[in-house]
Parts: sequence; structure tokens; C-alpha cells
Amino acid sequence: MDQFTINLLFVGSSFALYFGIAIWARAGSTKEFYVAGGGVHPVLNGMATAADWMSAASFISMAGLIAAGGYANSTFLMGWTGGYVLLAMLLAPYLRKFGKFTVPDFIGDRFYSQTARLVAVACLIIASVTYVIGQMTGAGVAFSRFLEVDNDTGLIIAAVVVFFYAVLGGMKGITYTQVAQYVVLIIAYTIPAVFISLQLTDTFIPAIGLFSNHTESGIPLLQKLDEVVRELGFQDYTADVDNKLNMILFTLSLMIGTAGLPHVIIRFFTVPKVADARWSAGWALVFIALLYLTAPAVASMARLNLLTTIYPSGPTEQPIEYAERPDWVQTWETTGLIKFEDKNGDGRVQFYNDVPAFQEEATARGWEGNELDVNRDILVLANPEIANLPSWVIGLIAAGGLAAALSTAAGLLLAISSAISHDLIKGSINPNISDKGELKVARVSMFVAIVVATYLGMNPPGFAAQVVALAFGIAGASLFPALMMGIFSKRVNGTGAIAGMLAGLVCTLVYIFLFLGWFFIPGTASFANTPDNWLFGISPLSFGAVGAVINFVVAFTVSSMTAPPPKEIQDLVESVRYPQGAGGAVDH
Amino acid sequence: MSENNNNAEKYWQANLRLILGSLVVWALASYGCAILLRPMLSGIHIGGTDLGFWFAQQGSIIVFIILTFFYAWRMNKLDEEFGLQE
Repeated sequence: MDQFTINLLFVGSSFALYFGIAIWARAGSTKEFYVAGGGVHPVLNGMATAADWMSAASFISMAGLIAAGGYANSTFLMGWTGGYVLLAMLLAPYLRKFGKFTVPDFIGDRFYSQTARLVAVACLIIASVTYVIGQMTGAGVAFSRFLEVDNDTGLIIAAVVVFFYAVLGGMKGITYTQVAQYVVLIIAYTIPAVFISLQLTDTFIPAIGLFSNHTESGIPLLQKLDEVVRELGFQDYTADVDNKLNMILFTLSLMIGTAGLPHVIIRFFTVPKVADARWSAGWALVFIALLYLTAPAVASMARLNLLTTIYPSGPTEQPIEYAERPDWVQTWETTGLIKFEDKNGDGRVQFYNDVPAFQEEATARGWEGNELDVNRDILVLANPEIANLPSWVIGLIAAGGLAAALSTAAGLLLAISSAISHDLIKGSINPNISDKGELKVARVSMFVAIVVATYLGMNPPGFAAQVVALAFGIAGASLFPALMMGIFSKRVNGTGAIAGMLAGLVCTLVYIFLFLGWFFIPGTASFANTPDNWLFGISPLSFGAVGAVINFVVAFTVSSMTAPPPKEIQDLVESVRYPQGAGGAVDH
Repeated sequence: MSENNNNAEKYWQANLRLILGSLVVWALASYGCAILLRPMLSGIHIGGTDLGFWFAQQGSIIVFIILTFFYAWRMNKLDEEFGLQE
């Protein structure tokens, strides 16, 4: 059997499983569509949250970015796990006690204002659509590789599959399918990592292999990697970062974004009790950590394997000839995500860091520019092939990557559609809409969201994980502070919260658009996205944390100048703080 | 009634103290050991690199897990102590 057939088999059977569960649990009422009837066990809920959470960004893209950036990109690891600590302590239990379906529900009620509710809907939609763009980017990479088509075609196929999948299921379908998806994706991620860790370090657990000796050279793996990359003009893998302010703000943006993203928060409405909401956050983090503790090992080992493939006799010797390149390079060339250009015409693949500091050495070796362009988003998917693992492992990782992209995209589409049908239409425009009408609006808005995301995903403003990081910045700057103040302060009033959310959202968006293009439309950026142009060296990816501070300051200042919230709102704040009498999620 | 309020107030204060303490540990593991204090910890070697690198790629995540479970356990106990459990 050739690789293509094996991929088809793995991907096909995993899809059959998800669709089967989705049909079996097909949503009947609107309540089931959104929150699975409120009866999901914390461990299962944690697993589903983990699948929902770990998207194409975590599965496909993150290790590639860590491989390229080394220590500097540890921010993704800390940011995307540390947010759960905030979620567990600052938001989840209280929002569960509040007991409504959606984030705008809470913001609208707590700040006793339709305007606040609408602003929350806007924040939610902007953050979620940005997030879906990142997912579609990743799903496009996975589909293009597995079907061996070019990247844009892969993206369109991905969009069609995600749409049908999300429309069919609703939340209940999604909760149980996501448990299945978690199992598929964690196995798919771990098995190749274990193989590679054994090959390189004789260690069974990748997270330990990362800090063990490289079997072939006898020196620690990370030291070996540092030496190899240094020879090719790259920065040391473990090198410290100069701009610590940016590193801290970026990590913080990802953390508060995690806590502020509606499709994750909505998960905590589906557990029976407040106590379960606390446990659920812990379980979600455990299941996420299984992948996140492995990811840095995958990153460093894949980087080393990639360089060893290109420089089989070591980085100081000649690289391989293009004609003798391995099969995986050829397959990825069809997707357009690996590009080779023989700049010095010697038929060999010179892959190095083409920077002025390395110019002299490169010239001495007869190199006239870096000749190989490897898209960072392919690293995890190509990893088993690079390490010459058996073909079933390659099929498995294709299935896992698609599971990750699908589950999150579906969860996000659900959050977007519920914001539009439930919060916007039913909550403000037409309160008398029927259940059936609401579901119809939900499906139409899913369709629109996916068309927009697919269009922008063709020319994404960054690699999948970076686009997703932008979504976190937006959610962190707008929704997180409003939610937190709504619970922890009785003094912040409607006017303050609205002003705060708008200030946080607008500042963050403007800063992002200035560098990455207005509304992410390619070619419309006002400034080049380089550290020299950034305000105080803060990258657009990190600005969410600054936006959140602006949000807090504006909200408190405006509130202190206007009347405090009415008594019944202060009582509402009081009531979410104590678990007693939570009851089930209520319809209204 | 006032006794009830007093009880609730104590519960909330205890929760706030617990959150604050946990967040100090949270920040120390991530922003501290993994980022700002990395140069200070560079003397402690671990598998070809230093402790700060380990915290950035492994340690902080492990600390986060312990913290969330600790908080859940402690709060659920607090709910019972104050008779506020469901």
C-alpha cells in the first residue's frame, strides 16, 4: 500500500468515527445545541475542552515555531497553559454559578445594558473569526499534504468539511466527538515523538529525552543542537532573549486570552456544579499538558533531524544534492510549502541563516543565499517522514492534525453562531424568534464566518499559531477584563465596562492592523512588521496585554466618575461569588 | 441575617487570599524562573542547558497543573467549611 492510501485509510476512519458520533448525538433542541443539556462529567469535559482548545495552532504549528525560535518561543507553551490557572480561579466557577449560555449573556446582565451585550458580541466575533483564520491556515496545510494538492485547494476542502461537521453536530455532538478527537490527536502526537526520542536519545519519554544525551554524539541533545545551528549562522537554540518586556507581554496576552476566549469559557457552562467547573479546568490542563510537555521535545528533535537530513555529514561538510533529496521533500514541494532555488548552481541544497553576520562564512563556502524555504507550519506533519518512521505513523499524524483543526474550528463556529443567533437576534433584534428560526440563523452565520475565514486564510497574516495568538490578544484585551471586573468588583458599572471594552479592543486592533494590514487584507499594512517600528519593542502579538491594562484603567476611571451599579446588580455580583444554589444552565 | 453575611464575607476573603497566593506562585514559575530570573539561575545546569530553560519548556506547565488542582481541592473544602457547597 502506498502512503497516500494509508493516509486516506487513517483519515477516513477517524472521520467516520466523528461523523458517526455527531449523527448519533444529533442536537434536537436549542438548549442541547449549545450546552449539551448541562450534564457532562468533569473528566470528559476536561478532555473535550482540551480537544476544543488544542487546535491546528497547538498541534500543527506550535512545535514548528518553537523549532525555529528555540527558547524565545517558549512563550507559546507557558501562555497557552498558564491561562487555565486564571480561568480556574478568576472566571470559570463564577460564570458557572451565573448559569447562562454565553459570555455576552453575562456581560449584558452584569452591566445591565444592551449596549454592553452588543459590544461583547462584537469582541467575541472579532476574536473568534481571527482564530478561525488561523485554524483554516493549519487545516489547509494538513489537507493539502494529505490529499497532495496545492495549499489553496486544501484550504477550500477543509472549509467544506468543517462547515458540514459543525452544522450537523451542535454542542452535544461536539462534546462527545471531541472526546474521540482528543484521543486521536494525543495518540497521533505522542507516538511519533516517542519513536524519535528513542532514535535520538534512547529515552522513551520525549519530555525527558529533550534533556538527555544525544546517543550518536554522546553530548546532551540541546548542546548538540546549539552547535549545529551555530555552524549555519543561526542563533543558539537555547539562547536567552534580550527583549524580556516583549516576551513577558506576549506570554501574558496568551494567558489572559485563554481565559477570555468564549469557546473555552462556554465549556464550563456544561458541567453540573460549581465544584465541577473547578475540577474541569484542572483536568483540561492535564490533558493539554500531555501534548504541551511533548511539544518542545518534538520541536528540538525535528530541527536536529531536519538539519541532519540536509547535512548528512555534519554542518561543516557539503549538504545533500537536490536530485537525491528525500521523498518527503518532493511531496511537500507539490503543496508549495517547501521551495528550493539553486542560487549558486551547484545542485546542492544550501540551507542556512542568510544574515549579514554570516555573510563572510557563506561566501567562503561558495554559498550565494539560502536555497531552501521550509514553511514552519509543516514541521510537525513532516516530522515522522523526516525521521523515516513507518508509513502508518505518517497516516496517524495526518488524522491527528485534521482532528485538531476540525474540533477547534467547529467549537469556534459554534461560539460565533450562538453569539449571532442567541445574543444578537434573540437577545436584541427579534426576541420572539422561534427555536427553529434561531437554529437557522445559527447555521447561516456559521456559513458566513467560514467563508470570511477561508478567504483570509489563503493569505494569512502569519503562521497558524501566530494568527491564533492575535485572536488571544484581542480576546484578552476586550473580554477578559470585563468578565473579571464583573465578578471581582461591585463598583464597575455599565458605562465603565463599555468604555473599557471598546478602548481595549480598538487600541489592540489598531496596533495589530498598523503592522499586519488593515482587516488583515494583504498589502495594506501601514508599517513594516519589524522590531524597529514597534512601540517600546512590543510586537503586535504581545499588544493584547497592553490593551487589557488600558481596558482596566478606562473602566475604573469612567466608573468612578459615574453612578455605582444599582442594588440588584450588586446582589447579582454577590450571588455569583458563592456556589450554593447554582442550579442548571437556565433558558430564558 | 447579619451572621450569614459575615460568614459569606469571610468565605470571599479566604478565596481572595487563596487566589492571591496561587497567583504569586503562578507568576514566579513563569515570569520569574522562566524569563526574568533565567540569567540568575543559569548556574544550575540541566541536560545541556540551564534551569530557566527547563522552567520555560516544562517546569512552569507542571506548576500550573499543581496549582489548579490545589485550588480546586482547597476551594471545594472551603465550600463545605462555610456550608456553601451545592
